[in-house]
Amino acid sequence: MAEPILRVREIHKSFDSTGVLRGVSLDIQEGEVIVIVGPSGCGKSTLLRCINGLETVDSGEIWLRGEKISGRTRDLYRVRQKIGMVFQSYDLFPHMKVMDNLLLGPTKALGRPRQEVEAEALRMLERVGLREKAYALPRTLSGGQKQRVALVRAMLMQPDILLLDEITAALDPEMVSEVLNVVIDLARGGMTMAIVTHEMRFAEAVADRVLFLEDGHVVEEGTPEVFFHHPQTERAQQFLRSFTYASKRDKGEEQPKNNAGD
Amino acid sequence: MDWSFMLAHVPDYLAGAWVTLRFGLYGILCSLAVGLLCCLARFFRVPVLRQIAGGYIELARNTPLLVQLFFLYAGLPRVGIRFSAETCAVIGLTFLGGAYMAEAFRSGLEAVDRAQIEAGACLGLTRTQNIRYVIFPQALATAVPALFANVIFLIKETSVFSVLAMMDLMNVADTLRTSGGRTVEVLCMLIAAYLLILLPVSVIATRVERRLRYAGFGDQHSV
Repeated sequence: MAEPILRVREIHKSFDSTGVLRGVSLDIQEGEVIVIVGPSGCGKSTLLRCINGLETVDSGEIWLRGEKISGRTRDLYRVRQKIGMVFQSYDLFPHMKVMDNLLLGPTKALGRPRQEVEAEALRMLERVGLREKAYALPRTLSGGQKQRVALVRAMLMQPDILLLDEITAALDPEMVSEVLNVVIDLARGGMTMAIVTHEMRFAEAVADRVLFLEDGHVVEEGTPEVFFHHPQTERAQQFLRSFTYASKRDKGEEQPKNNAGD
Repeated sequence: MDWSFMLAHVPDYLAGAWVTLRFGLYGILCSLAVGLLCCLARFFRVPVLRQIAGGYIELARNTPLLVQLFFLYAGLPRVGIRFSAETCAVIGLTFLGGAYMAEAFRSGLEAVDRAQIEAGACLGLTRTQNIRYVIFPQALATAVPALFANVIFLIKETSVFSVLAMMDLMNVADTLRTSGGRTVEVLCMLIAAYLLILLPVSVIATRVERRLRYAGFGDQHSV
């Protein structure tokens, strides 16, 4: 197997002496899409935030393309230029038009010429169906539109890897698929991604590999076929059951216990 | 009301207004600079400077401008440091105003959503770039009402300049009152003069605030 693009080794992270990550290891190959699932509070978001240095790890190491990126504090911004991240709350800059949101990183952080990036930005907006919003202010966009812009903003940095942290959690249900279809499109284009999500059908559709995280440990890891249809561990089975409901017409059947989430 | 008396003294008030406005403006501009520097020292947690800024802000905000001016004008010459009245006025106003401006900037910076700062960092911006393009414009929009309130407050505070024997609006009125005795006319004109200066500032402040609000600052979550 080729050298993984991202290598996470035994990382630990505590907040106020509460262990959130307790020895998590993970390799991501170029072009691979891994989906991280698990109950809330299991450390999924913290894992992503440690990868691009928004949180510092207590111990363990993270390597990007053979370069150690954990533990450094001075030129963290260089590392982040290669790691894209999109959050649940979109976080477009409200005082800038969509286009200025898109141009900021490539022109200021990477120093690329404005015209070249602008042409590229327009092409990508076209691809996600937002060409006509290029010069609108973020507040005139719907949540789904904002999140598509946020994805384009991250992609325009031409990152080595894209981290998506519950990017549809704040959206109205009818807007979820317009965002996730963009992600699937990116995955088809060979983008390397680590995705935290609660959308299980999306996870199954997009993942090359699924990681089930609980209490700061990787409890189960496998292909989406195995994980979603034949989960190996008791904890994973319980977690997946929490996404199904008993029908009121199945009288007498045992209710599935919904105790995986919290 | 003695209208001819009032009309005859309009030029005196114009001269006083010029002093009030000119030294008020110098003080305000210097206050903005001092306030910004203090605020950045605290925001970047610059060692030593940050503590100095903190101490200065408390000292300046918790002592009256009148006392500060007396210290500069009457106290410092005793130890051999002598400034002109005008210099004392600008230094004094800056000393007071800088602290208030620093607090206004700070309220703006603290109101910027942490997620915005992280979003800027995730784009690979350096800390300085992040502040310049992402954080500061949003902080400024939030701080504008407080900054304008300070501008109005500081222009009113210039009335203390009269203790430095500067012929500002307050001193012009005081001199006329004690020499001519038409107290009501003199004071009505004084009030009118301050209103003529400050009402336009208030109107501009309201317009700028409204413009910033509708231009899309700070209401990201309202859609």
